[in-house]
Amino acid sequence: MATVQQPIIIDGRPLKEQLARAERRKKYVAFAMVLPLLLFILITFAIPIGSMLFRSVDNPRMITLAPQLTAELSEWDGQDMPPEEVFEAAVKDFKLAAEAGTLGRIATRVNYSMAGARSLIVKSKRKFKNVTEGPYREVMIKADKRWGELDTWKTLKKVSVPYTPVYFLNAIDRDLDGDGNIVKQPSEKRIYVKLFVRTLWIALLVTVLTLILGYPIAYLISTQPPRISNLLIIMVLLPFWTSLLVRTTSWIVLLQTQGVLNDLMVWMGVISDDGRIQMIYNLQGTLIAMTQILLPFMVLPMYSVMKTIPLSELRASQSLGANPFITFFRIFLPRSIPGIGAGGLLVFVVSVGYYITPALVGGAKGQMISNQIAFHMKSSLNWGLAAALGTILLVGVLVLYWLYDKVVGIDKMKLG
Amino acid sequence: MSLPAYTGPVGRIWHAAFIAICCLVFIFLMAPILVIVPLSFNAEPYFTFTPAMLRLDPEAFSFRWYLDVLGIGEGTGANRGYEWAFAARNSLFIAFFATLLATALGTLAAVGLSRTQMPFRKPIMALLISPLIVPIIIIAAGMFFFYSKVGLAYSHLGVILAHAAIGTPYVVITVTATMVGFDETLIRASASLGAKPLRTFFRVIMPLITPGVISGALFAFITSFDEVVLIYFLADAEQKTIPIQMWSGLRQQISPSILAVATLLITFSVILLVAVELLRRRSERLRTSAVT
Repeated sequence: MATVQQPIIIDGRPLKEQLARAERRKKYVAFAMVLPLLLFILITFAIPIGSMLFRSVDNPRMITLAPQLTAELSEWDGQDMPPEEVFEAAVKDFKLAAEAGTLGRIATRVNYSMAGARSLIVKSKRKFKNVTEGPYREVMIKADKRWGELDTWKTLKKVSVPYTPVYFLNAIDRDLDGDGNIVKQPSEKRIYVKLFVRTLWIALLVTVLTLILGYPIAYLISTQPPRISNLLIIMVLLPFWTSLLVRTTSWIVLLQTQGVLNDLMVWMGVISDDGRIQMIYNLQGTLIAMTQILLPFMVLPMYSVMKTIPLSELRASQSLGANPFITFFRIFLPRSIPGIGAGGLLVFVVSVGYYITPALVGGAKGQMISNQIAFHMKSSLNWGLAAALGTILLVGVLVLYWLYDKVVGIDKMKLG
Repeated sequence: MSLPAYTGPVGRIWHAAFIAICCLVFIFLMAPILVIVPLSFNAEPYFTFTPAMLRLDPEAFSFRWYLDVLGIGEGTGANRGYEWAFAARNSLFIAFFATLLATALGTLAAVGLSRTQMPFRKPIMALLISPLIVPIIIIAAGMFFFYSKVGLAYSHLGVILAHAAIGTPYVVITVTATMVGFDETLIRASASLGAKPLRTFFRVIMPLITPGVISGALFAFITSFDEVVLIYFLADAEQKTIPIQMWSGLRQQISPSILAVATLLITFSVILLVAVELLRRRSERLRTSAVT
């Protein structure tokens, strides 16, 4: 027979309620401690990146710089030649923009989607200057016969929408034609898919190379007595702590055609003085430098898993008659796989976004997607395309990050 | 690793080969650092060992590139000493304040994240660690637009905030790691003895997690000290740092002064590495002694 328990009352309140309240208070305290950093990261990091990525679909330039034209173009169905109102709005907006000094920006934007548009618009500036009344259509066609072509207006309509998929299409070597169909870029402009593939390929090669080079030394370190293993760990950590630029500089010094390694091989007679090998400013240079730079990221997670494998199990296997190879493949290797997963994912995710090393030692063939994003940010100023390429890269990296969390767990991430 | 007595000849050969492979990998790992140090003492403006250097002729070695960097030598253009001194001052200034900010925010957050009552622990942790994973070029692009809009671009403050943001994950990771062995009853003990939460934080929690805090701070410091891309996007000549000076040197004409700077930076990282290693051992000692 169950007895109904009286709630315990202390200071006039049930204990259970007081306990819940204390727990709630602790929750608030814990959250309050995290809050400053959370806000800091949101404001200085997450929101800036989010708003940058928004530029990949955002298309405000025509709407703000040529509002009348944009409004008229959106009325037009895009099938036959546009009506007189569109021409009128174009002349008026271009004149206003020329006075405000923003016509060049309009011309640049249209030029992304139509080669030659920049000169067409800038040239028309002078011709429209004294036009005050219609018919505007005839005036424009007289100024340049391309204004009489349907395709020109279709392009203008295309670039005047508030949100555009064009940057994303460009990022995967596609474009919108005048009728809104997705078409392939002309073959000389198809570079980005190739570049994404190359970036993944380089990251994969670096991951495999670091695994091949890193596995033996992680094994060696994990089987040594502490005195020696500590020393070896320091040898792995020292490159890790050395400035990235210093290490890249060293690779230039080592690998360039007049560099240390070529000199050494000439001196030893392996190659002739004219036969110096080009080892840098190409894909090979990127691979060598990145492998060395990322090797510690592979070795350290593998080591931390391997040192938990008891050596007595290996001895037991051998005493039961297994030869060293079987012992390694049946006992050691399977238990070291979590370390391979952790190190491999880390190296892959870090190398996919590599920028500095490819920029300095990669030449033309060793560039990665980050270098192209930097180019569009700094040189071509096609920020929409930079944002689209960046979004694709970031989504890829976040998927890998999520995978890392599932496989390894981010709270297991360790440094040194 | 000493081989057991029952190892056969195949095993011995295999073992020797294994050791040889490991030696080669270690040479590959250390080569860039080992080569650059002697080359920085080259008396000639070349990036390779001169025959005289290989004969260990004392005439072939000199401190001229170091003197250039320190502003005493005859260096020209971008390698004039004061350019490097200016860059070094900027680097230290930016790294110091970025570290301070990252350490303060990161430590507090890590202590909060280690509480069992912390709500949404996993997603928040994932967000706070993400600056470590997101490609630097994306961070740079995002911050470039944002900082230009709010007027922080091309200022020391902007760079400090940016560097603090990418430094915090290190502090969060190292401090969370030291908190794993933390005994929560100590907090209750402190409270029951009448200490207010703030006093508990500074007198009980802080002394125990100090090794983690310092090693996280060193990581944050080296991250800022070595950072190029954010500065390249967010700063101008006024905020020029050592890495950006090296970066432009490497992209234009490479001068041997860069090797001298590189050697100085290697010395600096050796010191930091030793500091972190000592701290790590101390922290391990503290943790094991707390358990026993």
